[in-house]
Amino acid sequence: MPAKDIALMAHLMRRAGFGADYDELEKRADRGYEETVEELLEPGSHGVAAYDEYTLARYYPDMEVPSAPALGTSNFMYHLYTSPRPLVEKMTLFWHMIFATGNSKVDNPPEMLQQIQLFRDHGMGNYRDMLVRISKDPAMIFWLDNNQNHKKAPNENWGRELLELFSMGQGHYSEDDVKMAARAFTGWTIGPKIPRTPYQRHHWSFIYKDEDHDHSTKTFLGREGDFNGEDIIQFILEDEATSQFIARHLYNFFVEDDVQVPSWFDIPPKNPEAVNAIGKIFRESDFDIRTTLRFILNSSFFKDESAWFAKVKNPAEVVAGTIRLVGDFAEPKPGVMDMGLEGAYQGQELINPPSVEGWHTGREWIDTGSLVRRVNFVADMLGNTDFPGVQSIINRIGQKGTLSPQNLVDSCLELLGAIQLDKGTREELVTHAQSGGELKRGSSEADVSAFGTRVAEMLQLIAATREYQFG
Amino acid sequence: MAKDPILVVFQLTGGNDYLNTIVPRQDGLYRDYRKNIVIPEGEEIPIDDNYGFHPEMGALKPFWEEGKMALIHGIGYENSPRSHFRSMDIWHTCEPDKIGTEGWVGRATKVVDPGKENVLTAVNFGQGLPRAMAMKGVPVASVSDIENYGVLTGINGEQQRQRALERFSRVYSPAIGTGPVMDYLGQTGLDALKGADILKVAPEMYSSSVEYAATPLAQKFRGISMVLQANLGTRFFYTQSASWDTHASQMPGHKGLWQDASRSVSDFFADLREHDMADNVVLIMFSEFGRRVVDNGSGTDHGAAGVAFAIGDAVKGGHYSEYPSMKSKDLQEGDLAPNYDFRGFYSTILEDFMHLDPTEIVGGSFEQLSFINK
Repeated sequence: MPAKDIALMAHLMRRAGFGADYDELEKRADRGYEETVEELLEPGSHGVAAYDEYTLARYYPDMEVPSAPALGTSNFMYHLYTSPRPLVEKMTLFWHMIFATGNSKVDNPPEMLQQIQLFRDHGMGNYRDMLVRISKDPAMIFWLDNNQNHKKAPNENWGRELLELFSMGQGHYSEDDVKMAARAFTGWTIGPKIPRTPYQRHHWSFIYKDEDHDHSTKTFLGREGDFNGEDIIQFILEDEATSQFIARHLYNFFVEDDVQVPSWFDIPPKNPEAVNAIGKIFRESDFDIRTTLRFILNSSFFKDESAWFAKVKNPAEVVAGTIRLVGDFAEPKPGVMDMGLEGAYQGQELINPPSVEGWHTGREWIDTGSLVRRVNFVADMLGNTDFPGVQSIINRIGQKGTLSPQNLVDSCLELLGAIQLDKGTREELVTHAQSGGELKRGSSEADVSAFGTRVAEMLQLIAATREYQFG
Repeated sequence: MAKDPILVVFQLTGGNDYLNTIVPRQDGLYRDYRKNIVIPEGEEIPIDDNYGFHPEMGALKPFWEEGKMALIHGIGYENSPRSHFRSMDIWHTCEPDKIGTEGWVGRATKVVDPGKENVLTAVNFGQGLPRAMAMKGVPVASVSDIENYGVLTGINGEQQRQRALERFSRVYSPAIGTGPVMDYLGQTGLDALKGADILKVAPEMYSSSVEYAATPLAQKFRGISMVLQANLGTRFFYTQSASWDTHASQMPGHKGLWQDASRSVSDFFADLREHDMADNVVLIMFSEFGRRVVDNGSGTDHGAAGVAFAIGDAVKGGHYSEYPSMKSKDLQEGDLAPNYDFRGFYSTILEDFMHLDPTEIVGGSFEQLSFINK
């Protein structure tokens, strides 16, 4: 298998999933790039079953209908590192980071998970359909107060964020458009709550109350009429600003870190041709997300080496990617909660973004505190020689006979997913490897263990590098 | 030698409701506008003839009575965009007209410590760095749990760990790597290493009879107190509480927020006083905007003008600037009109308390108030 094919596959799996161990990379590279893209896009028709929810429910019933926020956070994280359909989960994360809804206010983790499930079920479907569904999602309605948006007392929170953050982006609509959008969504609210069981939170449902809907004439984006929510969504989609905004989000998420979203209205994209091309496909496919993703993942701008490691990994990617790499949590087990919280400690508490604007991304994931946290987490995992993924790396290297320090460093980099290091960093690691004497796995138990420790220590050092923070 | 002044910035994230925080108890319009989201008559904590605190702010009242709390009324800026996003960015960067990437605390930190002699000159307590502290080349330690802070703590064996840390500092050196993000990461890594080394002494040295609440906010203030008591030369602290975005269910929500915030601040100062460390510390509280004058039935929407606080021995207590008029002709799109630029508030603190030239830090000259004892 040419090393280049493996490296490209590692790139694809980091972006369209949460990375993969070396065995998986070899198998996928063998099958081919386009074939892998197709499987990721349409796992069902390729015989890849969804994660069996009942497995989690049997081990941790409290994570299925979480009574505490951390259980909900951990449920989502669990899917990221367990699901056999990584791109489905990646898109779930993508939409969660855009339609950023926080449990800090919703205060109903089961309802938050319903919203996550919406992204999971429809995240690769049609964006128009997604906008309609999210407008009716009870957690979103509560988060942006559309249940308080009445005919006689409009609440503009949802109307504003729909335009500013979920579709058009700042600068493409007026303050009056915000007010009109809000009025068009009056009556879209949460239905009476019916207890599911006596001791649990009540499930929420969407209802439309025509008697609370403002049927007066509204002017929105230059059009006039008795508009309802669906009309607003249609007009939003007809404006090219929307497809360009989502295209830029897709580029930022899948290809290369851009500036932070609030700067988008006055700073152009890094690669306008690519964003325009994505926007065009998005419009021409009538907002089909799968078609647009297929275009991105097969594009030269995505596959080109300049896009590799051009993104700072978000904490969900760090946590889920590391667990997938070391092969921990093949089944639910104690510690599953710690994994959800780990993302939070690194600065990304799933189901609880800091505000409706979502998380700031790219280099802003990193500050002295979060860097310490992520380096320590990955190093702790890779240093544990009991994990099957770590053992597998050690075994593969052990079979190579006597290694030069260069061999050790390069083998570790390759097996971690064709990681690329700056020349200077690599030299430092080689120097480090030299100081421990000859590198060969002996036959006694003690020798085997000592060899494993040395390999693991090299893995830890690689995890601590700057380069490893990119994905 | 006089002690160096120390500033603690406490951000009420989400937009604190000014009207229900400093209740204009004599203004009939307050109860006209506020039908549901209102502090019931007589339940506010009176601070003088005209105004009262939110009922849960009792723990803060002693500061007012001792003349150590300044209220800065009507604070904000022109053309408030009413977006959390933009408003917070504006407060953080002092750039109302364009997107700024540098924060005012970051800039101030650079002025205080241009040679980066102390990587702990500014310390954030919380997850993620607020933009207010972002500044190229300025290290900021960002601590979520001070008691378990360090780099590569999981490498077994003290000798191995020391070797690994040495290697870590070499692979993060500026001699290696290219590009702005690599440079940024390199500097961040080295600063983290240095900061962690110094910070680890703070919990060991700490003792106090003050029992902080178990809330995350209270624990952050306890962490700040630890760092202060360890005397590590920190001049700026930043921390925040969320979420003050009370569009709905404001009555119970706002109550809990003030309970937590008031007690945390009060315990923090009690702790400092116990260790004779309170006199050179000023704490400021702000929120990105106030909320709309008319409530929406269950909460209040994004507004404009708000209130900021300054608390500490160096503060000359009282009202500053003016409570904006609630007369309908004076409202801006239904909101209290800001009558005092927040950059003047920052400037006063920077100049009169921190003894720094504020012009560059806040991007211009703005009207200052005299709430710092000179």
